[in-house]
Amino acid sequence: MKYIPTIGLEIHAELSTKSKIFCDCPVGFGGEPNTRCCPVCTGMPGTLPVLNKTAVEYTVKAGLALNCQINEFSKLDRKNYFYPDLPKAYQISQFDLPVCKDGGLTINTPEGEKFIRIERIHLEEDAGKLLHDSYDNYSLADYNRCGVPLIEIVTKPDLSSSDEAREFVEKVRLMLLYSGISDCRMEEGSLRADVNVSIRPVGTDKLGTRTEMKNINSIRGIARCIDAEIERQSELLDEGEAITQETRRWDDNKGESKSMRSKEDAHDYRYFPEPDVVPISFTKQQIEALRHSLPELPNKRFAKYTADFGLSETDANLLLTSVSLSDFFESTAKECGNPKAASNFIIVEVLRRLNDSGLAAEAIPFGGNVLGRLLKMVDGEEITAANAKKVLADMFDTGMEPEAIVAGKGYKVINDTGEVENTVREILAANEKAVAEYLEGKEKTFGFLMGQCSRALAGRGNPKVVQDILRSELNRLKGSC
Amino acid sequence: MDTTKLTIKEARSLLDSRKISVTELTRTYLDRIKTYDDKIDSYLSVCGESALEQASEAQKLIDSGKGEMLCGIPLSIKDNICIEGTPTTCASKMLENFVPPYTATAVNKLRAQNSVILGKVNLDEFAMGGSTENSAFKKTKNPFDTTRVPGGSSGGSAASVSASLALGSLGSDTGGSVRQPAAFCGVVGLKPTYGLVSRYGLVAFASSLDQIGPIGKTVEDCAIILDGICGQDPKDGTSLSYEAGASYASAVSGGIKDYKIGLPKEYLTEGLNSEVRNALYKSIETLERLGAKVEEFSMPSLKHAVPAYYLMSSAEASSNLSRYDGVKYGYRAENCRSFNELIGRSRAEGFGREVKRRILLGTYALASGYYDAYYKKALKLRTLISQGFDEAFSKYDVVLHPTTPETAFKLGQNTDDPLSMYLADIYTVSANIAGLPSISLPCGYDANGLPIGLSFTGKPLGEREILRAAATFEADFAPEFRVPVL
Repeated sequence: MKYIPTIGLEIHAELSTKSKIFCDCPVGFGGEPNTRCCPVCTGMPGTLPVLNKTAVEYTVKAGLALNCQINEFSKLDRKNYFYPDLPKAYQISQFDLPVCKDGGLTINTPEGEKFIRIERIHLEEDAGKLLHDSYDNYSLADYNRCGVPLIEIVTKPDLSSSDEAREFVEKVRLMLLYSGISDCRMEEGSLRADVNVSIRPVGTDKLGTRTEMKNINSIRGIARCIDAEIERQSELLDEGEAITQETRRWDDNKGESKSMRSKEDAHDYRYFPEPDVVPISFTKQQIEALRHSLPELPNKRFAKYTADFGLSETDANLLLTSVSLSDFFESTAKECGNPKAASNFIIVEVLRRLNDSGLAAEAIPFGGNVLGRLLKMVDGEEITAANAKKVLADMFDTGMEPEAIVAGKGYKVINDTGEVENTVREILAANEKAVAEYLEGKEKTFGFLMGQCSRALAGRGNPKVVQDILRSELNRLKGSC
Repeated sequence: MDTTKLTIKEARSLLDSRKISVTELTRTYLDRIKTYDDKIDSYLSVCGESALEQASEAQKLIDSGKGEMLCGIPLSIKDNICIEGTPTTCASKMLENFVPPYTATAVNKLRAQNSVILGKVNLDEFAMGGSTENSAFKKTKNPFDTTRVPGGSSGGSAASVSASLALGSLGSDTGGSVRQPAAFCGVVGLKPTYGLVSRYGLVAFASSLDQIGPIGKTVEDCAIILDGICGQDPKDGTSLSYEAGASYASAVSGGIKDYKIGLPKEYLTEGLNSEVRNALYKSIETLERLGAKVEEFSMPSLKHAVPAYYLMSSAEASSNLSRYDGVKYGYRAENCRSFNELIGRSRAEGFGREVKRRILLGTYALASGYYDAYYKKALKLRTLISQGFDEAFSKYDVVLHPTTPETAFKLGQNTDDPLSMYLADIYTVSANIAGLPSISLPCGYDANGLPIGLSFTGKPLGEREILRAAATFEADFAPEFRVPVL
């Protein structure tokens, strides 16, 4: 490649608080327009914002999860601009004293590990949405999203490819998910990003002119947008043209961006301290208490899964894709005492079931500890692995306890060798032809006889015991010939 | 009955002793409004029907012995304070048809005590001004001389109380808007400590300076209303949590023996009218005779209070008033073809000249490149002025000063001279900048018979000290106290 790209991200994540940042309206997605708003979040004359404490604490948690320093003193500021989806004509945001600063995350690149610095994380309110009707030439405003708490995570320009950006956003997303502060549902717009891209010729140090692409709401879109912009800028430089510093609008359907406004047209937001909300302050003790309240984060869990549990990296990553799945796995592993078996059974059997029914891990109708009890029965050779799968199906379908299903269906392994011996002898007596073939040396027939025995035992025979008895019975017949 | 000298306290005892009914009292005021308000033009809307309903409810409470201090007391409310279902215009064409679906906390508190709301009174548009001439709807007149302004921006509140068209009123004070009209109209006006009264429902002008305050005939009446409206509000994050203590009404007695009173030298400059100056010196003699010690002190930062105030208040106003864009409510220009045209023309047509002037000033002060030179400097001055007052209050119980440099001026006299209009706020803005309580009360009359105001400013939450000083002075001044002849 002739050019080195420099990429920075501004990731916006909606916080999953129950109510909005400055009023009691519920936070939600979809629904009838203008049903989740009130005089406060629509900025009616005389109303005042009252800061939601939980939103601030969530911001601190995000900062701690992303290795940031927490400012003991921070404040909110007004960002002034006119737009019909912004009912106060200013957004309450943070300017020079954000809640979190100086953090970052390590990502894996083909060249090895790389630390991507996070400059700041600040708290702000979301705006509403406009619905344009180009046919009738009017626009409608939906203020449901107004005042939904958002954090904006601003990176240093440390990323150099779309792959790195994708990896970084995925990692950030997981960290936020595990911190329990955001749903990060990109398809619902609860995680979106602005992308800054510049390129410079190989062998030079001076950064090129950057462009900014706004409001991209998928990880795939972020990667495609970066690639398209690197290509667009490269073509311009190849032709000896200059890059214009500008904001561009990314069209994910067309896979291309269009100029929105140039630097000259950039807004002067006239930031100033928000007089209606008193500054935010935290003591060191409060910050530490929030740190302790964080659940175990995915990087720690990954290390535990691979190093302590002996799982493959692929399996560990698979289990970590959702908080519920990872929690479910840990609870299964803890109950059955065999993480490896728990991982295998969950990845193969539970995930298949979820995929077939199109369900997420949250929808599993029983706890990980309940599955753990089932796997403990398999480990203890109380039921066979084959029957365990049938029990799992019943657990999904009926929600019944595994012990009850095993008892009801009679899956309990028969450990009484006398009963097994009797069955084996009956089978051998009833299959004289097969026995004869086996005795003539056709080893294949053993499998057939084994199958017959299992069926007669209704799958409850401990396969090893059945096999041993069948073998010794056949040997006895061989000897007596 | 003669209401011209009636106070809330007297009305209370008349009502409680059943000498009059709340309905009679309310009708008296409604009749007076009908008779005299054509002359004064203080009311923008009169709520006669609901006032009479509220009156009969209040009477029931009194009859059952459950009436509180403000039960059945007829009051007027400045028209930038929201009352659910009642137009709240801010005296602006922009909000001419705006009816809020919520009520300001201060009004809710008054209604919880079953006060009677007579109506909404006039102001300078969005509370910007010192004469009430900036109202889009009418010009209120000074009851002492109807060719003169009542002051502003709470001119309707002060005039309605002065002319006995209400027993008391709620105004709002961003830079003197309660105290200056109280001084011009010969009544008492109190601006409480920032955060003592909830701002919820007060249409914002400059959020860090705005404060709702009472206007009454007497110091005690203001204290009684303040008792009714103060208190921390979960709907206002800037409202203060504080230890409540005894009522403000009970703080008026006790005298000022051994009070130490400071008089800032910086307020005694050439701009001070000689009649006002003489009244001030006479007042000092009175205070000393009553046992207080008055001494001059210097606080150089006060010289910068007016520019600092106009930068901060205009900056905040430019942002607070941005929401009036013609999209959701309020005035909307017709036949617009784009959002930019809609917002531009709605604001151009909906706002008056003074409001636009302040929006432009504030936008400029906040613009990148100018922020450090203007807004940031104003914030530094704010700190300096607060520190200056801290120092003063380490020596003095209260600070004394004239409320205004001059008495009420003629209608139209200053309308083309915004600068001299701004300088009329010279003594009042510093209390807002520092968030301090301040009260203005009559201390004399000039050769034209126009009232002269005297102010006491206190330390944060020092309402009791200034109420006591003011009430003590007021009692001594009572024989000279005049009411306007309509």
